[in-house]
Amino acid sequence: MQKKAQNIFVRRTVFAAAATFLGTVFALPLVWFFFAPFNARAELGLAIPSPFTLSNFATVFQNTFAMQALLNSLIQAAGGVVLVGAAATLAAYALSRSPIPGKGAVTYILLLFSSVVSGSAAMVPIFLIISAAGLIDTHLAVILVFAGGLLPTAMFILRDFIDAIPRSYEESAMVAGASPLQAFFDVALPVIRPGIVVVVVWAFVNIWGSFLIPFILLRSDKLMPASVAIYSFYSEAGTPIVTLLAAYSLIYSLPVIALYLLVNWKFGFRFFGGIKS
Amino acid sequence: MASVEFQNISKSFGAFVAVPDISFQIADGEFICLLGPSGCGKTTSLRMIAGLETPSSGRVMIGGRDVTYLHPKDRGISMVFQDYALYPHMNIADNIAYPLKVRGEQETKRHARAKEVADVLKIGDLMKRLPSQISGGQQQRTSLARALVYPSEVYLFDEPLSNLDAKLRLEARGFLNHLQRDMGMTAVYVTHDQAEAMALATRIAVMDKGRIVQFAPPIEIYRRPATTFVANFVGNPPMNLVPVEASIGEGALHLRADGLQLAPIALTDAIAKAAKSGRMTLGVRPEHLRIAEPSDRNVVSGDLFANENMGPESLVTLERGDNGRVTARIFTDDEIKVGTSVHLSFDQKHITLFDDTGARIPAADER
Repeated sequence: MQKKAQNIFVRRTVFAAAATFLGTVFALPLVWFFFAPFNARAELGLAIPSPFTLSNFATVFQNTFAMQALLNSLIQAAGGVVLVGAAATLAAYALSRSPIPGKGAVTYILLLFSSVVSGSAAMVPIFLIISAAGLIDTHLAVILVFAGGLLPTAMFILRDFIDAIPRSYEESAMVAGASPLQAFFDVALPVIRPGIVVVVVWAFVNIWGSFLIPFILLRSDKLMPASVAIYSFYSEAGTPIVTLLAAYSLIYSLPVIALYLLVNWKFGFRFFGGIKS
Repeated sequence: MASVEFQNISKSFGAFVAVPDISFQIADGEFICLLGPSGCGKTTSLRMIAGLETPSSGRVMIGGRDVTYLHPKDRGISMVFQDYALYPHMNIADNIAYPLKVRGEQETKRHARAKEVADVLKIGDLMKRLPSQISGGQQQRTSLARALVYPSEVYLFDEPLSNLDAKLRLEARGFLNHLQRDMGMTAVYVTHDQAEAMALATRIAVMDKGRIVQFAPPIEIYRRPATTFVANFVGNPPMNLVPVEASIGEGALHLRADGLQLAPIALTDAIAKAAKSGRMTLGVRPEHLRIAEPSDRNVVSGDLFANENMGPESLVTLERGDNGRVTARIFTDDEIKVGTSVHLSFDQKHITLFDDTGARIPAADER
């Protein structure tokens, strides 16, 4: 008995030690991420800032290119999210509810191609298409390419979500006297909303963090998003100016964190489907 | 309120034929139950009245108006769903008032009307709750209130009580019966529970494999089931059906089966005709059987299979060799003591005969 208890104690200790080690490995960069921006002499090593200073931020805020880039990121991400959210909802609803032959195949083929479209493999054709459309160096080019790349996955997620919602919701709305449009907006849309929220957050994070597509499709400094502008904090020799880079990174990540918090507070990442029967 | 009519309706889903060809008429103010096992086409028929399915051929009439291709909202109907289909994001008041909202009624008026209906159904104090915060029985009444909040020509019910527990189901059934008497509504009610159909319907349509086997008032269905299918579906427990060998001798019908002792039955033209095949089915309701001595006139005997005391009644089941079981429903306050072999007797006026196709042979006192 005693031996068994000892055995469990040893096992738990080893497990806790291993977990602590792993946790530390992942936590250290985050700790650096929150300390470095406030340290006037930050380096790649971890150090507690003394004194705490906002001078890094003051310098970053004077960099108009970088500040404009944050706004550009916001325009591109918001544009992409609106387009993906609206189009994916309508398409997924139609794919889920109407008897279109081969609709499963359509979704899977689109899904397969989407990983190509937003991937680097298709960069040349994408560039040529955008160029032919005369959209090079516009926000619209970035928004459209992201929408094209993200839509299939968004549709796929949402279609599964809508499939799980009983049709009797809309049916009961229609026998209650609602037109199909009323049934969609009054009943289906609110029930699907948690799914849309998930897709919107996912799409926002994707566009916000993406570097390659805006880097290739955009020319002028005044349109570049933050993911590209972050390179303005590298010296001409290509070494990072750690202090400014850290401060800008923190600012850059805030909208995503804010979005998560907002969504979690307003909707809570949860699905509410049907009532139990 | 209005009449409903099916004219040669058929419905297929791809290669699967759900409803081959049915026609029926429902008069204004009738409460019709579509009764049958799952997959018999009863829900499909109901959904064609609602406009949630379009018939493959034929016409649906409501109040003399052809509604076959009309959208559900233009048919003047209300419907209660099996899963209630309450909108999870709306509170009870908004759920009940939704039919008024889509008709452009202003909020204070429609909430007042919703409250009226909810009070009748005793859910008036739940108006601010969400559907997930109330019990199953309350959800059922909410969906009923939503169907009643706006006057419709026809009320449709798709197994509305099947998700309730036994006690609540009885209560809701009684309430629906009261409501029907009160409002005199035209209603079509789908169920697989024969007791619900018997209790609620003015007429029952018993369906099997997409066809209506019998369409008659409940007491008629109970007393004179058109086929062995109906006999076996209606009644709790259902009618005992014993396959018998039939022969005619000395101007009377003789029926033979293991464990069966039956006095000769007077001949009629119909019986004589059916007896030619040599095979019939004898039907006796469990409530018409009583414990007997082996020497009685009309007796079925066998080994005791089960003796279930239900309180006011007992169900005694015997087994006739390999040839099936016969159940008697015996009303007594005393516990029934039976040995290993049981004899059950019955009056000849209580038997129903079916021919070899399963159709009922008319009794002597019928035309």
